[in-house]
Amino acid sequence: MKFSIERAALLKAVSQAQSVVERRNTIPILANVLIEAEGAQVQFRATDLDIEVVDKAPAMVERAGATTVAATTLHEIVRKLPDGAMVVLTADSAAGRLTVEAGRSNFSLATLPREDFPVMATSDYDVSFSAPAAVLRRLFDKSKFAVSTEETRYYLNGVYMHVADADGGKVLRCVATDGHRLARIDADLPAGASGMPGVIVPRKTVGELRKLLDDDEAEIAVSVSETKVRFATPAITLTSKVIDGTFPDYSRVIPMGNTRRLEVDATEFAKAVDRVSTVSSERSRAVKLQLGEDRLVLSVNAPDSGAAEEELAVAYGDESLEIGFNAKYLLEIASQVDRENAVFLFNSSGDPTLMREGNDQSAVYVVMPMRV
Amino acid sequence: MDAQISTCPALCRDCLSWWPDWRPPKAGRPRCPSCGGLRLLSHPELFSLSIAHMDCDAFYASVEKRDDPSLADKPLIIGGGKRGVVSTACYVARIRGVRSAMPMFKALELCPDAVVLRPRMEVYAAVSKQIRAMMDDLTPVIEPLSLDEAFLDLSGTERLHGAPPAVMLARLTRRMKDELGLTGSIGLSHNKFLAKVASDLDKPRGYSIIGRAQTADFLRDKPVRLIWGIGPAAQESLDRAGIRSFSDLLRWEKADLTARFGSMGTRLYHLARGEDFRSVSANEPVRSISNETTFFEDTSDPVILDGHLWRMAEKVSARAKAKGIAGRVVTLKLKRADHKILTRRISLRTPTQMADTLYRTARALLDQAEKQGPFRLLGCGLSDLVPDAQADTSGDLLDPGAESRARAERATDAIRNRFGTEAIMKGRTLR
Repeated sequence: MKFSIERAALLKAVSQAQSVVERRNTIPILANVLIEAEGAQVQFRATDLDIEVVDKAPAMVERAGATTVAATTLHEIVRKLPDGAMVVLTADSAAGRLTVEAGRSNFSLATLPREDFPVMATSDYDVSFSAPAAVLRRLFDKSKFAVSTEETRYYLNGVYMHVADADGGKVLRCVATDGHRLARIDADLPAGASGMPGVIVPRKTVGELRKLLDDDEAEIAVSVSETKVRFATPAITLTSKVIDGTFPDYSRVIPMGNTRRLEVDATEFAKAVDRVSTVSSERSRAVKLQLGEDRLVLSVNAPDSGAAEEELAVAYGDESLEIGFNAKYLLEIASQVDRENAVFLFNSSGDPTLMREGNDQSAVYVVMPMRV
Repeated sequence: MDAQISTCPALCRDCLSWWPDWRPPKAGRPRCPSCGGLRLLSHPELFSLSIAHMDCDAFYASVEKRDDPSLADKPLIIGGGKRGVVSTACYVARIRGVRSAMPMFKALELCPDAVVLRPRMEVYAAVSKQIRAMMDDLTPVIEPLSLDEAFLDLSGTERLHGAPPAVMLARLTRRMKDELGLTGSIGLSHNKFLAKVASDLDKPRGYSIIGRAQTADFLRDKPVRLIWGIGPAAQESLDRAGIRSFSDLLRWEKADLTARFGSMGTRLYHLARGEDFRSVSANEPVRSISNETTFFEDTSDPVILDGHLWRMAEKVSARAKAKGIAGRVVTLKLKRADHKILTRRISLRTPTQMADTLYRTARALLDQAEKQGPFRLLGCGLSDLVPDAQADTSGDLLDPGAESRARAERATDAIRNRFGTEAIMKGRTLR
C-alpha cells in the first residue's frame, strides 16, 4: 500500500478515528486504526467494539492495500507536521512497518495485520431516514448534559431517541435523565422515521456524533435497528451498538400540575446563580430561591466559608415560595435557553420543578429540588 | 556520692503513694515503704515521661466475666459462630493457646471446653464510654484506637493534677478496677510507638516504662514486627532485604530505606532510632463506617444474601445516624469461599445516612457480583463522610417512592429510640 494525502485531510480523518480508540486497552489491535487505500480514496476505520467509525478521505493512491497502525501515534505525528505538507504513507508488509514521510521527516511505525482488525458486522436496519445536522445537533446538545454516569443504572447512560406523540402529532424525541434532572427535546419527525424503534444512544456515541454535526448544511443519514444505530455523512460513518435496556417511563416524571410561574432572563439568572455559589466549597452547592411578588432572591449559606445573596427582578405573581437547588443543575438548564426568557413552573419546595423556554413545549427540563 | 546516684523516682501501684527520690534497698525485693506492697514501680525517668498507651486486658471477655461471675474461672472466647474468628479470648483460654483472630474451629480444638459468647458490642461501647470519661479527667489529648485502647498525652498536666503523669495513670487503672471491675495495662514512654510497645510488655495489669536513655538498648535486638502495622506481608518484604531486628535497620541509610520501602522506609528509619514524631491527636476523624458478617455456611442464595445485606445496611445507617454523619461512597464487600475478597464501590450524587438508600445502592452492586458466589462473608460500608446536614438533600425523579420510604425509616428510628431496637423491624431482617 502506498498513497499520498494532504496533511489537513489526513489529520481530520485520523483525529475522528483516534477519538474512538480507548486509551486503556487490553487488546492491542483495538489501539490501531485500519487504513485501506483503494481507487482515489483512503478509509480510516477505528473501533472499541461498541462504536465503529469509518472516515473517508481523497488521496492519490499509488498502490492499493491495507494495514493497521497505532491510532494515537499516527495522530500525534500528523498533528505535528507543518500545515500544507504532503504526506506519503507506505506499508511494508514484509517488514511489518508503515513509513510516514513528509518533507524531510520520516517515521517508521510498527503495524499489525489487517486480518486481525475486528470489523463490526453489518446488520439490517429497520428504519432509515435523513435529518438535517442542525436538527440532530439541537436534539442531542440540549439533552446530553442530563445523561447519567451511574453504572448501576446503565440504561440511563445514554440519550433515549424515539418517536413520541406530542400535541401537534408525532415527533422525534430525545430524553436523558440521571434521576436528578431530565431533558426532553422534540423535533419534527423526519420523513420515513415513523416506524423507528426507540433506542438508547450511549454517551460516548453522542460525543462522537457531535463531530459529524458541525456543518449546518449537512444532511445526516440515520439508520436504526433494535440493537444498532448508524449516523452517516458522505465522508464519515459512525456505527454504534445501543444500550441493551429499557428506558424508564419518563412521562410520569414530568410534572403537569405545577402552577407557580416564574419568568426570568436566563442569562442574568445563570450569572447570578454562578456568582452566589462561589462562596460554597461543597461539591453539591445548594442555592436557595426565595420568590416573592416580582422579585427573586438567590442565596447561598455555607457555614464554613461564607454567605451570599443577590436579588433579581423577575415576573412572578403567585404565593411566595422558598426552594433549593443544586447550583450546577440550575446553571446547566439555564444555559440551554438561548432565545427567550426562562420559564420555571414550581409546585412545592419538595416537588420536581419544570423549566422551558418561553412557551416552547419542544424543549422541557425537569429538575429535582434540594433541601436547604 | 554513691548514695545520691542511687535514688530514683518511684510509685506504688497498690496504695498510689509516690516518691521523687526513693532509695532502693541494698538487697531483696523492693517493697512499698507505705503499704509494704510488692507492686512498686521505679524508673529514673518515671516522672518525666508523659506519652502513654492504655490497653484494657482481654476487654470483651473481662466485661462478660464481670457481668456473669459464674464465668470467672472458665475459658471464655468472644467471637462469632462456628465459622467466625476469635475476637477476644480470656487469659484462661490464652493459656491453652487461643489467640485473637484465630478461626473459631481451631480455637475450639485447642480448648473444647471453652464458653463461646457472641460479642455484645453495645455493652462494650457503653463501658468504653465510661473509661473514656475517666481518661477525660486526666487530659484532653486522647486518641482512641478502638473501644479498649487509647493513647494519652499528659504533657503539662503535672501542675494541674499535683502529681506527675505516671501517678495519674496508676490512678486511672486503679479507678477502672474499683469502679468498673476491669483491668488495663499501661505503657509509658516518650512517643506513641514506644508507649504502645510498652503497654504490651507485661500484660495483664501491666505498667511498663521505656525511658529515653534505654531506648536504643531496648530496641536493638527486638524484631521489626514489633512495629504496629508490620504484618506478614511487610515482614516478608523486609525479610528479603535482610531486615529482621531493629539493629538490621540501623545499618541502612535513610535514603536507601525510602527508595526501597517508600514512606514506610522513612518511618522505619526513625522508628529504629526510637523516634516517632506523630502527635497524639484527639480528633482523629472517622473515615468510614462499615459492618460485615461471616455466614454459618457459604451461600449464594440471593434471598439470604439480601437479608444479610439489609441487616448490615441498617447497622451502618444506625451508626451514621448516631454520629450525625453521612457518606457519599457506598462499598459492598464479599468474601468468596476461597477467601478471595471482592469489593465494589459507588459514589452517590448526594451523601446518605439512610438504610434504605444504602441497601438499594449496595443491592445493585450485589446484583452485579452475585454470580461469583458462593460467599462466606458480606459487608457494607459508607465512606467519604460529611456532616448529616448535607445528607439526603435531594430526591430521585425516577423513584418517587423514596421519600415515603425515608419518612417510614425516620418514624422507625423514632420508635426504636423510645422502645429499643427490637421494637420494630422489617420482615427481611428475619431472613
